[in-house]
Amino acid sequence: MNIIVCLKQVPDTNEVRIDPVRGTLIREGVPSIINPDDRNALEEALRIKDENSDVKVTVLSMGPPQADVALREALAMGADDAILLSDRAFAGSDTWATSTALAAGLKKIGDYDIIFCGRQAIDGDTAQVGPQIAEHLGLPQITYVEELKIEKDKVIAKRSLEDGHFIIESEMPVLLTAIKELNEPRYPSIKGIYEAHKADRVKVWSAAYVEADKSNLGLDGSPTQVNKSFTPPGRSGSGEILQGSAKEVVRDLIVRLKEKQVI
Amino acid sequence: MNFNLTKEQEMVRSVMKEFTEKEVKPIAAEIDETERFPRETVEKMAKYNMLGIPFPVEYGGSGADEVAYAIAVEELSKACATTGVICSAHTSLGCWPIYKYGSEEQKQKYLVPLAKGEKLGAFGLTEPNAGTDAAGQQTIAILEGDNYILNGSKIFITNGGQADVYIIFAMTDRSKGTRGISAFIVEKDFPGFSIGKIEEKMGIRASATTELIFQECIVPKENLLGKEGEGFKIAMSTLDGGRIGIAAQALGIAAGALDETVKYVKEREQFGRPISKFQGIQWILADLATEIEAARLLVYKAAYNKANNLPYSKEAAMAKLFAAETAMNVTTKCVQLHGGYGYTKDYPVERMMRDAKITEIYEGTSQVQQMVIAANLLK
Repeated sequence: MNIIVCLKQVPDTNEVRIDPVRGTLIREGVPSIINPDDRNALEEALRIKDENSDVKVTVLSMGPPQADVALREALAMGADDAILLSDRAFAGSDTWATSTALAAGLKKIGDYDIIFCGRQAIDGDTAQVGPQIAEHLGLPQITYVEELKIEKDKVIAKRSLEDGHFIIESEMPVLLTAIKELNEPRYPSIKGIYEAHKADRVKVWSAAYVEADKSNLGLDGSPTQVNKSFTPPGRSGSGEILQGSAKEVVRDLIVRLKEKQVI
Repeated sequence: MNFNLTKEQEMVRSVMKEFTEKEVKPIAAEIDETERFPRETVEKMAKYNMLGIPFPVEYGGSGADEVAYAIAVEELSKACATTGVICSAHTSLGCWPIYKYGSEEQKQKYLVPLAKGEKLGAFGLTEPNAGTDAAGQQTIAILEGDNYILNGSKIFITNGGQADVYIIFAMTDRSKGTRGISAFIVEKDFPGFSIGKIEEKMGIRASATTELIFQECIVPKENLLGKEGEGFKIAMSTLDGGRIGIAAQALGIAAGALDETVKYVKEREQFGRPISKFQGIQWILADLATEIEAARLLVYKAAYNKANNLPYSKEAAMAKLFAAETAMNVTTKCVQLHGGYGYTKDYPVERMMRDAKITEIYEGTSQVQQMVIAANLLK
C-alpha cells in the first residue's frame, strides 16, 4: 500500500508576531515547523505502516528549498521517501495554485492508495488544499478524520462534526484530511535524524518535471487577490454583566445578539 | 572556525526540547519529591534512540556524535537533572567503556542492547575508602578456573539497582598498585551480586544512587573488559568522557534556571512594575547569561574534540569545572531573584539549586578537575 502524506512547513504561530503597519507576518527569527495537522496525518500513515507489512509512506511538500528541513523531520519520524516540489513558478500560490501543483506531483508519483493531508495549515487556516487535490484527481475525500481503520481495500473513517460524527466507508484510492484528535504524533528518533540527513533523501521536483499546467501556478495562476491584510484594532469599552435568572439572561442575550445581527 | 551546529545537531536540539517539555518537565517535581526512578521516561528515551546517541548504528546506537549527545543531556537537564544524569551515566559510563575497550563478542552481547536502551548501564569505581583516590580499590577479583570471584563493595553508584549491566573495577593484583586494577562487565543477576544501601540525597533525588555488594560474586572470565591491569586506564579515560556528560548536565541546569527566572522577573511586580525593569536585576541576569554561554562553548568544544578524535581530557575537565561552578552560581542567584518564592517548592529553582551541587562533586570534584588541568599545564 502506498500512502502519500502532503505536508506544509509553516512558521510556528505560537511565536509569530504581526507587523502592525503592513499587516503581514513577521517571519524573521520565527522557527519553522511541520504544520500540526499534517503531523497527525503523517503519524496515522506511520501507524498503518507499523501495523501492516508492505506499506510505503511518502511525504510530499510544495515550498521553497528551506522546506527540506520539514521533509527531513518527516523522514526522521519514519517516512520512507520525501519529495519537494520547488520552483520559482510556484511562488505566490494561493490554495488553487498549490493544489494544482500538488495534484501534478501526485500524478507524477502515480501509484497511491491513500493521500493524507492535514485539515488546515496554521498560517492560512483555509482547509481548502486537501479537498481541492481530491477534486483535481477525481478521488473520493473524507475530511476531519478523527479515527481510521483499514479493511482490505477500504478505509473506514470517523469524520468529526461540530455536534457528532459520521462513519464513512470508502474504497481506495481516497483522500483524507486529519485533525489533531486522530492521534498523538511521535517524535523523530535521534537515529532517524541522522539517517534522514544523508544525501539524496529528499528529491526536488520542478514544475516542468511534474508537467503542471503553468497557467494555474504561482501568483499569476492564483484566482485569490489579497487587497489588504490588517490587524483589527483592540476593542475598547468595558463589558456588561447581565443580571437575572439563567433563563432571563439567555433570553436577553439572544435578543441583543439578534439586534446586532450577530445571529 | 565555525560555531554553527550541523543540521542534524539543530534537529536533535529541537526534538530534545520538545521531548523534555512534554515528557520530562511535567513529572520533574513529583519524582524529586517522591524519589521515584522515572522508568517510563527511560523507556521513552529508548524508543527514540536517546540512550545510545554517540555510538554507531551497527552497535545499536544512533550514529550521531558527542556534540549531539551533549545537547541531549543539556536539554533534558534544563527541566530535570535526574533524567539528564540517567542518560549521561548510562551512555558515558555504562556504554562507552564497552564501545572503546570491549571485544567484538562483548560489544554484540552488551553494547548493542545497552545502546538501544533495552538495557540500562552503570559504572562502579567509587568505594567507601576510594573516592578521589580511586587507586585505593579494595574490591578484589581472583581468577578461579573459568571465573573471576569478586569480593568487596562500591558506593554512590548512579543507576544502581536500576541498571542491568555494570562496569566494575577490582584489584586483580594488589602488588601492582594502579596497574593491578582490572575492569569487568557484571550483569545484575550474576550470583553473589546484590544492591545495598540506597542513598537519600539532597538533589537528583529520583536518580538511583546505591551501594553494590559483591560476595563471592561469580563473573565469567570472558567478562574481563580489556586486559588484566588495564582497569585504571579504562576508568580514567571513561571519566574523561563522562565529564562532558556531567558538564552538559550542569549547563542544562543553569540554562533551565535562567529560563525560569527570566519568565519570573517579567511577571513579578514590585514598586508598581515588573522587577525585570530594574537595572539591578538586569545586571545580574546579563552576568548569568554570559556565564552560561561561556560554559556552553567549553562543553561543546570538549564534545567536538571527542567527536573528532582530538585530545579532550583537559577540555572536558575545564568544561566540567566551569559548567558545574556556573550551575551552582546561577541557580543560587536565580533563587535569590525569586525572593521568598524561590525558597519554596512552588517554583522549580529550589530543586535546581539542590541538583546543581552534585555537579561540583561527582565524576571528579571541582578540585580533581583542577588537578587534571594543572597536570596538563605542567607536564
